[in-house]
Amino acid sequence: MMDFPKTADVVIIGGGVVGTATAYYLAKSGRKNVVLVEKNTVCSGSTGRCGAGIRAQWGLELNCRMALACLDTFEQLDEELGLPTGLNQGGYLLVAYKEKEWEQFKKNVELQHSLGIKTEIFTDVKRAQEICPGVAVDDALGFTFYQRDGHADPFLTTFAFQEAAKRYGAKFYKFTEVTGLKVEGGQIRAVETNRGTIECGQVVNCAGSWAQDVAKMAGIHLPNWAERHEILITEPVDPGVCPPMLMSFSGNYYIQQRPHGSIIAGESPSHEPLLGYTSTAHSIESIAKTIIKLLPRAKNIRVVRQWAGHYDMTPDAAPILGETDVKEFWHATGFSGHGFMLGPVAGQIMSALLNGEKPPIDPTIMDYRRFERGERIVEPNVV
Amino acid sequence: MTEKRNVICRCEEIEIDEIREWIARGYDTFDELKRELRVGMGPCQGRGCRDIILRELSKATGKPISELNPGTIRPPVKPIKLGLLAEDK
Ligand SMILES: Cc1cc2nc3c(=O)[nH]c(=O)nc-3n(C[C@H](O)[C@H](O)[C@H](O)COP(=O)(O)OP(=O)(O)OC[C@H]3O[C@@H](n4cnc5c(N)ncnc54)[C@H](O)[C@@H]3O)c2cc1C
Ligand code: FES
Repeated sequence: MMDFPKTADVVIIGGGVVGTATAYYLAKSGRKNVVLVEKNTVCSGSTGRCGAGIRAQWGLELNCRMALACLDTFEQLDEELGLPTGLNQGGYLLVAYKEKEWEQFKKNVELQHSLGIKTEIFTDVKRAQEICPGVAVDDALGFTFYQRDGHADPFLTTFAFQEAAKRYGAKFYKFTEVTGLKVEGGQIRAVETNRGTIECGQVVNCAGSWAQDVAKMAGIHLPNWAERHEILITEPVDPGVCPPMLMSFSGNYYIQQRPHGSIIAGESPSHEPLLGYTSTAHSIESIAKTIIKLLPRAKNIRVVRQWAGHYDMTPDAAPILGETDVKEFWHATGFSGHGFMLGPVAGQIMSALLNGEKPPIDPTIMDYRRFERGERIVEPNVV
Repeated sequence: MTEKRNVICRCEEIEIDEIREWIARGYDTFDELKRELRVGMGPCQGRGCRDIILRELSKATGKPISELNPGTIRPPVKPIKLGLLAEDK
C-alpha cells in the first residue's frame, strides 16, 4: 500500500476517462507529483457504463474539430500508451427518418466536408445494406456514413491511460473520496478526503455526474445534472451482424458490435429519467424491439446483461472546460453523453491550460460562466 | 500463438498468470479485473471463475474472501433471446 500523500502539485478528482487522460498528459508534460483520487475504483462511473462510440459527424464546428482531434489521437493511442484501447473503426451509419432531420444532415455534411471530414451522404437503402448487411431501414429518408468513426473499449482505454500515467510518475488512489475543498484568498489550497488532506497548488474536477457536488465544496455552482440511460449487451456472436455503429436521433437508438462479438445497444430515456443504477424491464423490452426491427436476423441472439449509467448533462449539452472563480480550481466535466470520445482531447486541453500553454483547441467558449451570461453552445446532432 | 495452459476463466480464456500480473499492478478488486480482462463477463457471468479469482485476490490482499466485494451481477441473470424480450406481453 502506498503512503497517502500530504502534498501534491496537482490533484485530479475522478478516475473516469477524463481524469485519467488529464493525469496522463499532465504527467507526460513533466509535472511531478500528479495525484488522482477516485472514490470507488477507476472506471466505475459513467466511463465504465458507456457505449464508447467515437464520431466526427457533428453539426457544430467546435464539436467537429474536437472530434477530429480525438480520432487523430485514438488512431495512434495504442502505440502511445503501450496498451490496447480496443479501437474499432467500422464507421457510424446515421439514419434520418424525419424531413427536418434529413435537411439538417445535409447542412452538417457540408460543414464536415469543409473541415476535412469525408462523410458519405446517400438515400439508397442498398448502400446502407452494403455497410450493415440486412439492415431494415426502408422507412428511412437518408443516411450519412463516415468510415473513421467507430468505438473503443472504455475499460481498456481508461486503464491504458492509468498505466501510462503511472509510468510518468502519476499516483492513483482508489476508494478515496473527496469530502471537502479548502479555499483561501480566492485560491484552492487543499483537497480533503476520507483518507486525509492533500495540500496542493492546482485541482481539476473530473468527477463526471458528481462534478456539481464537488464544485459546491469550493462554493462554485455548476448547473449540471445526472441523466439515467440504459443499455444492454448480448452474448458474443459471429462478426458482421452490425459492422458500423448504427445510430439514429429521431429513431432513438444506437447499436454496435464489439470486436469480441457482443452486440451493445441503447436508447435515450423517453420517460422522466430516474436516478440510480437499477435497470428496468420496460427499457430492455423497448431496446430489444428496436434491435429486431432493424436487424431481424438478430432475434435468436441472447441478452446477457443490462445496466444503467449517467449522462453528465449541462443545460446546452456541451462540456465545461476551464478555470473557475476560485483560482487554480479547474473543471473538465459535463460531457453530456459524449465524454468518452472527447476524453483524450479534454486531457490534452487541461494539461495545456494548467501549464499555462496554448491548448490544441481553444476552450474559451466552454467556460461555465456562459450559462450565467445566457449563452448556449447549440449542437444539432445529439441524441 | 502460445497454448493457454492455466485457464481460469473459460468463457474469456484468461490464464492465472494474466490475473496475477494485473493484481500485481494494483488491480486488486474483482470489478477492476473484470474490466481489464473481461473475467466474469462471459456467458456464464462468472459462475465458472469468480470463486477462484476471489481466492487469488484474498491471497494477494490478505483479506478473507468474505470481506471481498464479489462484483456486481447485472440482470438478466440467465441469457434471454432478443426475440423473446421483444414479444408483446
Ligand atoms: C449508457 C451510456 C452510453 C454512453 N455512450 C457514449 C458514447 O457512445 N460515446 C461517448 O463519447 N460517451 C458516451 N457516454 C458518456 C460518457 O460515458 C461520459 O460522458 C464520460 O464517461 C464521462 O467521463 P468522466 O471521466 O467525466 O466521468 P466518469 O467516468 O463518471 O468519472 C467520474 C469519476 O469521479 C468519481 N467521483 C465522483 N465524486 C467523487 C468524489 N467526491 N471524490 C472522488 N471521486 C469522485 C466517480 O466515482 C467516477 O469514477 C455514455 C454514457 C452512458 C451512461
Ligand atoms: S468462466 Fe469466467 S465468465 Fe464464464
